[in-house]
Amino acid sequence: MAESLERGALTEAVYYILLSLYKPMHGYGIMQNIKELSNGRVALGAGTMYGAINTLLEKGWINPVAMEEKSRKKEYQITKMGKEVIKLEVLRLKELIKNGNDIAGGDCNESCD
Amino acid sequence: MNHVIRKVFFDFEKEEKFINEMSANGLALKQYSFGKYVFEDAPKGEYIYRLELLEHPANHEDSQDYIQYMEEMGAELVTSYFRWAYFRKKAVDGEFTIYSDNDSKIRHYKRIMSLFIIVAGLNFIIGLFNVFNGSLMAAKGYPPVNTYLAIVSFSIVALFVPFLILPLRKNINNLEKEKGIRE
Repeated sequence: MAESLERGALTEAVYYILLSLYKPMHGYGIMQNIKELSNGRVALGAGTMYGAINTLLEKGWINPVAMEEKSRKKEYQITKMGKEVIKLEVLRLKELIKNGNDIAGGDCNESCD
Repeated sequence: MNHVIRKVFFDFEKEEKFINEMSANGLALKQYSFGKYVFEDAPKGEYIYRLELLEHPANHEDSQDYIQYMEEMGAELVTSYFRWAYFRKKAVDGEFTIYSDNDSKIRHYKRIMSLFIIVAGLNFIIGLFNVFNGSLMAAKGYPPVNTYLAIVSFSIVALFVPFLILPLRKNINNLEKEKGIRE
């Protein structure tokens, strides 16, 4: 398991699913949340998300949340290990952004074309 | 009112396009069985359809779990044919994609590729079997019916390779190249 923490970049889908699950959520909620977080840029495919959720469950980065019997929808939340992964990823992304800013210049809105 | 259209597709993306064009024209797919599409009247463009080759037949437990999940995501299973699932979502609920990144698209294409290879492989084996039987029959002085069947099987293989397997291989290769530089 330890090796899985050291691996490189997370996919955008995994990164945003993990971030969404700091609060318990079901599939549809995750998709909506990701859309909101990314200002509509990331529209995760339902099948893509299904695969990612199953892999994250296997890795123990997220957990199913115990729920009342009435609700059929499965909810998930991030685990301690998942939070660890996110922390490392944020550090990695910071490095990428810092180097990007230093070398290519930060504000790319108009000047970079 | 039901409208029946008989048509055979081998490329699921073309099939999906056809079904979506029908939907745009006010005919919503209701049922499919080999070569037979049943549509019903619906407001123009009410639904977006997406086709998927599931990992298991639609009535398998894992597929049932997946189909239930898709329902939670607002997609409805309209009809299924062995492992092929026909999902739809109301267009007012926004876009409907099943696979949004290269990795999962590749995995889906590879599932389809295995299916093509199995079908082509089976036809090849059946073809060989019939060649053998045909020559046996011919030796005994009977009409070599099996030889004709063998020609059918080999023709299927001969069509599958250039028209289905190679283009799909190219799609997969392109996505894999793309994956080398971005998600």
